[in-house]
Amino acid sequence: MPARPLAVRRPHSMARPSLLAPSAAVLLALALVFAAAPARADASPVITIDGQGFQPSELALPPGKKVKLTIHNKGPLPAEFESYDLSREVIVPPGSKVTVYVGPLEAGRYKFFNDFNQSQKGVVVVKPDEADAQGGQ
Amino acid sequence: MLATAVILFREVLEAALIVAIVLGASRGIAGRGRWVAGGVGLGLVGASLIALLAADLAASLGGNGQAILNAAILLAAVVMLTWHNVWMSSHGRKLAAELSSVGADVQTGKRPLAALLVVTFAAVTREGSEAVLFLWAIAAGGGQSLSMTIGGLAGVAAGVLVGLLLYRGLLRIPLRHFFSVTSWIILLLTAGLAAQAAGYLNQAGLLPALGNGLWDTSHLLSQASIVGQLLHILVGYIARPSGIQLLFYVGTLVTVLALMRLVGRPKRPRAETASP
Repeated sequence: MPARPLAVRRPHSMARPSLLAPSAAVLLALALVFAAAPARADASPVITIDGQGFQPSELALPPGKKVKLTIHNKGPLPAEFESYDLSREVIVPPGSKVTVYVGPLEAGRYKFFNDFNQSQKGVVVVKPDEADAQGGQ
Repeated sequence: MLATAVILFREVLEAALIVAIVLGASRGIAGRGRWVAGGVGLGLVGASLIALLAADLAASLGGNGQAILNAAILLAAVVMLTWHNVWMSSHGRKLAAELSSVGADVQTGKRPLAALLVVTFAAVTREGSEAVLFLWAIAAGGGQSLSMTIGGLAGVAAGVLVGLLLYRGLLRIPLRHFFSVTSWIILLLTAGLAAQAAGYLNQAGLLPALGNGLWDTSHLLSQASIVGQLLHILVGYIARPSGIQLLFYVGTLVTVLALMRLVGRPKRPRAETASP
């Protein structure tokens, strides 16, 4: 008889206690919160909100890239920048700027609106890469 | 006025539904009313504080303060709801039996009362801060603010009413099935909240999206519709989810379910502490 008859079996299938998963998720989230606090400062597109609505109301973004958007509320009322298409939601108090990361996005149109004043709308437009390289329209 | 009512209704609805579910699911636990009320009260204080400090919060953490706070609040609720469900998996049957025989509140074991407080606090703070901010802004706006304030209050009342209806509806579930039904509801609710938290962490640039818009069902059921909104709150429906949201949703679902099975498994001879 060989000394380790069962050694052929790979040990990876051992069941782990499942408490690990939620704690790990929470710890990971917290670690990320603390690790990533100073944001990299790139030139980032700014969308402003005022009494008239979003400026610009149509924003072109590159495909396949994570983009840092800045939402600046220049109006006197609080606004909520919201988009089901982008799965984004953030309150923008009057006079404040907030950050929203979006993407990497595929080509398409992504609508957003002010949840506190739904007549104010806009859209993020992402054009496919190839069309751009070949000169577009 | 109507627009204000609708906005406030939607803000209040989520908190009202969560409080209703928690109240229902903790049926028969002695002292739960006080803890839930405490959670709502503290939540209102928290909501006002957040509304008051909204501008500072928005500017904090590189403009990501609000998203990160939302994620933290949601994750706290996820942990507490998990605790509640796991506790229920081992006490639910006994609770149901005592409820049907005595009809009174039960005092068993270490009850997850703090969980009730944290969950209601989290729900009311998060949604309430938006409502308070909005109401405060229109009240300060002058002009037509009176009619808008009335509309806003009507919206709040309507949201609370729907929560009340859900609570009454839950209580009509036969006692035999009651706690297993509420466990499933809370399970899905918890997974949905975890997915929302993932969305906020991704929004703050702290987690990768792992694919934006894995699928898009917004033409079938728009998230802006009332049904889409209800399903979003109750089971975490997202019309165009990202990979990280799906991962958190499924991960939470599987983890909580596994914990419930593990703890709720009947008969472990030595773990059976005699109940007097």
